[in-house]
Amino acid sequence: MTKTGFVFANLFRKKTRTILTLLSVIMAFLLFGLLQSVNHIFDAGADFIGATRLATQARVSFTQPIPLSMLPKIESVPGVARVAHMQWFGGVWQENTPLFVFAVDPMRQHEVYPEWVMPEAQWKAFANTRTGMVAGRILADQYGWKIGQKIPIRSNIYPQKDGSKAWAFDLVGIYDGSDENWQKQTNAVFINHEYFDEANQFSHGRTNFFMIKLADTNQAEKVSRTIDAMFENSPDETKTQTEKDFNIGFIKQIGDIGMIVRWILFAVFFTLLLVVGNTMAQSVRERIPELAVLKTLGFSDGTVLWFVLAEAGALCLFGGLVGMSIATLFGAMIEKGTGGQFALSVNGWVWMTGLATIVLMTLAVGLLPALRARRLKIVDALAGR
Amino acid sequence: MLSQIMAITGLNLKSIPERWASSLVIVVGLAGVVAVFTALLAMAAGFDKTLSATGRTDNAIVLRGGSDTELNSGLDRDSVTLIKQAAGVRKGADGKPLASGEMIVIAELVRQGDEKNGANITVRGVDANAFALRPQLKIVQGRKFRTGLRELIVGRGVTRQFQGAEIGKTLRMRGSDWQVVGVFESGDAHDSELWADAEVAQSTFSRQGFSSVLVGLDGANGLKTLQDQLKTDPRLTVDVKGEQEYFSGQTKNFRKQIGFLAGVVTFIMALGAIFAALNTMYAAVATRAKEIATLRAIGFGGGPVLVSVMIESLVLAFVGGALGALIAYLLFNNFSVSTLGENFTQVVFAFKVTPALVLTGLVISLVIGFFGGLLPAWRAARMPVTTALRAG
Repeated sequence: MTKTGFVFANLFRKKTRTILTLLSVIMAFLLFGLLQSVNHIFDAGADFIGATRLATQARVSFTQPIPLSMLPKIESVPGVARVAHMQWFGGVWQENTPLFVFAVDPMRQHEVYPEWVMPEAQWKAFANTRTGMVAGRILADQYGWKIGQKIPIRSNIYPQKDGSKAWAFDLVGIYDGSDENWQKQTNAVFINHEYFDEANQFSHGRTNFFMIKLADTNQAEKVSRTIDAMFENSPDETKTQTEKDFNIGFIKQIGDIGMIVRWILFAVFFTLLLVVGNTMAQSVRERIPELAVLKTLGFSDGTVLWFVLAEAGALCLFGGLVGMSIATLFGAMIEKGTGGQFALSVNGWVWMTGLATIVLMTLAVGLLPALRARRLKIVDALAGR
Repeated sequence: MLSQIMAITGLNLKSIPERWASSLVIVVGLAGVVAVFTALLAMAAGFDKTLSATGRTDNAIVLRGGSDTELNSGLDRDSVTLIKQAAGVRKGADGKPLASGEMIVIAELVRQGDEKNGANITVRGVDANAFALRPQLKIVQGRKFRTGLRELIVGRGVTRQFQGAEIGKTLRMRGSDWQVVGVFESGDAHDSELWADAEVAQSTFSRQGFSSVLVGLDGANGLKTLQDQLKTDPRLTVDVKGEQEYFSGQTKNFRKQIGFLAGVVTFIMALGAIFAALNTMYAAVATRAKEIATLRAIGFGGGPVLVSVMIESLVLAFVGGALGALIAYLLFNNFSVSTLGENFTQVVFAFKVTPALVLTGLVISLVIGFFGGLLPAWRAARMPVTTALRAG
């Protein structure tokens, strides 16, 4: 019998116990995978967004609109390549489904966001159709929108000139993301700012954000300071930060979700530690005479230690891998089920932390029983002392 | 039968200290499940309590039609005057309508312990009637802002969760400095706000109108009267809602999300705990196989054996559940956090571990204990006496 075979044989001498312990481990890692991916969304934010762009908003809050007349001033700052602007429309689809709808300048959006991919002809159509709109792939798929359709979208903020909040836009393009990460973000609608500005009742010549494409990303710090200094002490003071910081700030608004998730994970693993630890301690306790026999046969103290540790490792590894795999599957299902709106991806990073946890777990539950097995004195153990 | 059950159960429970390590697995496992369940739902309950405490039944809030929240709403001065003078609005001590035109803007404050990311905070510009309409609101430190000055009073929740809003501090909003002169407490969602004089706020933020009008209602039919009149007025497109109804309506999404999270997490953890409980109880039955067989041999029935194992499992589960609820209570009750509310600003609230939650937690732990004990109890009752006696 090989050493590996021996470890497995030992594991399955008490089938019920091993299987039940395994199931507990699987459940714990299933939860770990899911929660850790939630954690990842809140902690790391959108990692794939580099510092290539800056976002300028009103210093008091991004909900306070700032004048569009700032645009030429910002664009004249050395180091700025191009400036786009986005205004929150407060879009509502059908009964009460909120939509991310922004009023933008089509060609500026195109130049500042090379990540949004759409045939040139559609960009042109967007620029030339006053009532035009473009939608992200995810949204278009979710609601079955086709190019050429007129899409009714309500605004819960801006009435039209006649007081009605029911707007309608012509869908002239559907954009994709430049890579997998950006594809997951294709859940917004862009409408023509020029048309919006004219047709709505009370917002004129204003926007919520300027998105600034930098000529040289190393200048980010300097450019943002220059812009903010330019508007200091005016009624429209600005706050300029990298797009990444802006996104992290936005996510953090939701609150202390990260903390809550960490508490749950702590509770789950503390419990698991006890369950597996108890199983291991029990199985070593039962086998004390056997371990003594092994030692009598000439297995070294070290080998006996490894036998016990390998058993704990096998439990944690197998349970961990199965649990994480189920979590990956679940995550993908949730992502599909919500039309990509809630991207719960058990990705490489989550798997890395999972594997690290498996190793830690093995040591935490296996080390004490293993050391006990190593320390056994043959005579005492055989005599049952 | 009953005396047999009592005898065996007594024996079982008394021997628990000898096998405390494996019994601990059930207790701690269930403590974990119940603590997580209770804490998560205590969060939803706290949010609920804060928002539903906010509205009074004898007030109504008027927003621009189809706006849903104050942030999205806007009313010009003429409309506000019309609304204030409408029928159904209660008269104040001075004989004038008890109504407050209020303006919402949003400022950013940095969370305690954070460095640069600001969180959205509601700044509410109010007139003098705002205080009369919300008698629950008390100044607990400093004084009220003075009319016509750039002064702010801050809610207790804001000072607890965010930096830079203490008395004497200056906040910079739209190129002007605002002095913090007082702290107020209302025990509801207003605790998460900064209040200022409406006129001053309007001029600073160059706004002509208001976001909403809060009115006192005249008698039980006040709301109906007001709604009827404002709906039929061709000069106005507004929605009128009872204040309490307006705030309670804002908890639906949060409840749904937290409820979903709690459901998924509790379900998976509970499954894990059932497996752990099964393990423990199987082990408990195995170590006492001889003892149980002896009892059977001297005439104890299978039924009492089954029941007694179940009771042991349930007792351990109950202790675990109670421990979990206690942990959740000690760690999280009144624990203050904030999250994004419907106005896109932070709502500060505290976890509330309610008796109903504790009770539900205990029921969950008993259910887990029941399923964890059932199969092992069955095995114990069916154990053939002779083999068991010979074993070990």
